[in-house]
Amino acid sequence: MREVAVIGVGMTKWGELWEKSLRQVFVETALLALDDAGVDKIDSLIVGSMSSGLFVGQEHLASLLADYLGQVPVPAARVESACASGGLALRTGFIEVASGMSDIVLVSGVEKMTDVSGHEATYALGTAADQEYECYHGITFPGLYALIARAHMEKYGTTREQLAMVAVKNHHNGSMNPLAQYPFKITVDSVLNSVLVADPLRVLDCSPITDGAAAIILCPVDLAKKMKNPVVKIIGSGQATDSIALSSRKDITWIESTFQAAKKAYAMAGKKPEDIDVIEVHDCFTIAEICVIEALGLVEKGKGGEATEKGLTSLQGRIPVNTSGGLKAKGHPVGATGVAQAIEVVKQLREEAGPRQIKDAKVGLTQNMGGSGGSSIVHVFERG
Amino acid sequence: MPTPSRYWREIPQRYRLEAAKCKKCGTVSFPPRLICPACKAREFETIILADNGKIITYTIIRVPPQPFADQAPYAAGIIELDDGVRLTGQIVDCNFEDLKIGGRVRIEFRKIFQEGESGIIYYGYKFVLE
Amino acid sequence: MEGIVGYGAYIPRNRIKVEEIAKVWGADAASYKKGLLVEEKSVPSPDQDTITMSVEASKNALRRARIDPKEIGAVYIGSESHPYAVKPSGTVLAEAIGATPEVHTADFEFACKAGTEGMFVALSLVKAGEVKYGLAVGADTSQGAPGDALEYTAAAGAAAYIFGRENIVAEALETYSYTTDTPDFWRREYQYYPQHGGRFTGDPAYFKHIIGAAKGIMDKAAMKPSDFSYVIFHQPNGKFPFRVGEILGFVKKQIEPGWLVSKLGNAYSGSSPIGLTATLDISTPGDLILIVSYGSGAGSDAFVFRVTEKIVGVRDLAPKTRELLESNRNYLDYGTYAKFRQKIRKAE
Repeated sequence: MREVAVIGVGMTKWGELWEKSLRQVFVETALLALDDAGVDKIDSLIVGSMSSGLFVGQEHLASLLADYLGQVPVPAARVESACASGGLALRTGFIEVASGMSDIVLVSGVEKMTDVSGHEATYALGTAADQEYECYHGITFPGLYALIARAHMEKYGTTREQLAMVAVKNHHNGSMNPLAQYPFKITVDSVLNSVLVADPLRVLDCSPITDGAAAIILCPVDLAKKMKNPVVKIIGSGQATDSIALSSRKDITWIESTFQAAKKAYAMAGKKPEDIDVIEVHDCFTIAEICVIEALGLVEKGKGGEATEKGLTSLQGRIPVNTSGGLKAKGHPVGATGVAQAIEVVKQLREEAGPRQIKDAKVGLTQNMGGSGGSSIVHVFERG
Repeated sequence: MPTPSRYWREIPQRYRLEAAKCKKCGTVSFPPRLICPACKAREFETIILADNGKIITYTIIRVPPQPFADQAPYAAGIIELDDGVRLTGQIVDCNFEDLKIGGRVRIEFRKIFQEGESGIIYYGYKFVLE
Repeated sequence: MEGIVGYGAYIPRNRIKVEEIAKVWGADAASYKKGLLVEEKSVPSPDQDTITMSVEASKNALRRARIDPKEIGAVYIGSESHPYAVKPSGTVLAEAIGATPEVHTADFEFACKAGTEGMFVALSLVKAGEVKYGLAVGADTSQGAPGDALEYTAAAGAAAYIFGRENIVAEALETYSYTTDTPDFWRREYQYYPQHGGRFTGDPAYFKHIIGAAKGIMDKAAMKPSDFSYVIFHQPNGKFPFRVGEILGFVKKQIEPGWLVSKLGNAYSGSSPIGLTATLDISTPGDLILIVSYGSGAGSDAFVFRVTEKIVGVRDLAPKTRELLESNRNYLDYGTYAKFRQKIRKAE
């Protein structure tokens, strides 16, 4: 296997992008990545998108986007793992370069969620859960995470305030991210007073509906060393599945797929949780971040809430999590998230994160998750 | 939303709680599967799940998906039946304050939703507090 | 010998009081309560209908009967509020209890006596040796037009009976039906609410047919009112059962155990069948019970049952009807009631 590097990144502001179609956001960000890398031709395109079919009625996405990028007849594939589609696209591109199959691979994540009504978007997102045995009964995504939250609170004493602090921290970080959907700060009180969505989760515990895309160019490290940007290597990649139905999990308060994926990524990277300087995790709901930092081994099981309260995961903390603002403040165009997480880590390792910069960041980690933990994809990055 | 065939296919599970018990290791799969998730064996016997159980976790859905628009707010949870099998479902006809982890429930046959004024009516299991 | 092998009821937990309805329509609650002898009625939750209640009542009947559902050869639901105009309710019930596919199913309707119709047919099939067990349910979630007198009483509930020849808890000694064409209460297709002939629903309708059926069956069985421990009449309101009982020569204490209407309302096809379950709950071996239903249009089905000693070991195997009536009640305001009963016009 060859060593793989990230040589270009491209991302535009996320939000409700009424003027922009799915094709448009994809092309804009892809061009930025190509320019950043200083390349104009790619060997392969991997697109992560959860459901272009349900959101804009478009399947056969990879070919469409290859065409719109002016890159036909390049081989192109769309990959899907619900909300982890972006992370899966990154992993797929990584494997293609590492295996020697391709040299320059464009990895993109894109989702256009506002061309359908709120109800239709909720339905599309719901397809990440078990249709016949969860959605059939009227359970929603906030509902599934609310089930996890209540169990976590009962088992470990995690508090409502600790959940709110995750959102507050992420908004604090996001307020310094010009590309974030909601670049403003919020308070614990505003979270606790926001409308209930699925007890105990409130509107401000939940990531939003967002349009957006993000793109990354991968190439072998040898090639990267000849290019203009500082080399950032992907040194570990791990993926794991779990039953998508929450009722089938052994421990609802623990995200086993993240634990398994991380185990593989750490092993490949030759790193341990203590070695990680900056982390981007999948905070689709505040409780998710708490569970994920436990599953990643960054904090002890059950102590995710406490760690957040103590500030361990803030910009100044020992394990800064979601310096980008996370899904909560940055936005969550489902398929794009996994790629955007990688871009934040790459920027941190290149020392281009501006006011969000973590000093001496050398090793970074991204964790992207599908549904209520049915899939997890973890990558470890290192400054080359 | 489910088509008649997708709904009809799950009737033994939705109406009668039919599950598959692995002949080799005894693990019960609900819904039934072709391969045991525990021991990977492929032979099963059909069993009916228990009628009663306890609440493992619950929530109150206040922002419902479209077919359930008129039903909100409603409680939903993961219930562990007395035979150890867990399932997800609504907890109905209860005061929300009476819900607690560990609370005892039993299964009742109810309407889940219907497709407007002219579509089919979907039935299945829900839970009521004992 | 054939008769009831298992029985069960189901009553939804919601209630609405007469005062709450009267308040909205500017009516005099006290006079409605006095005139109808009804205080409150049951209201189905939005996720309940004739089918769901039939399933739960049948499960209770199976708990008492303790038979293999695959041996049930006939499944009938009698209702005037079948959820579909075309697609049987009985098939859902038959699947839910595990009686399919070797079973005969039909939906019955005849206003409020659809339940006893199903009971008559199921019993007769057992008697004829055509089926080993027959299940019949009377269930309804009927609508009363807003502001109409019937709104105070139109309620919901179900009662299920499994008939057979072994382990009988109540032997069926006699049946009798009395039918004429009498348009006292009706609903045309595509109409949402029924209509009725006001006072015409009394003497020429309810009273004529119940009296006709009661006298007919007592003649046929060579019995008189004092032979019976209990009698259950269809209960469209609280007064009619006592009045017809008096006319026929029955006394109050024969009627009371099966008289649930003041707290339940009129459960239509479930009315007298539920009354019978409540009576069986408190009966003793040897008791003779008469049940006479009434369905507008019009007709009455009558049955004479004799309770056997097997009732003692069986009635505690499922919730008793008075318990269902009294426990876990949830009182609704009119707005919630109207929402639950889909009386509010919504956007498409």
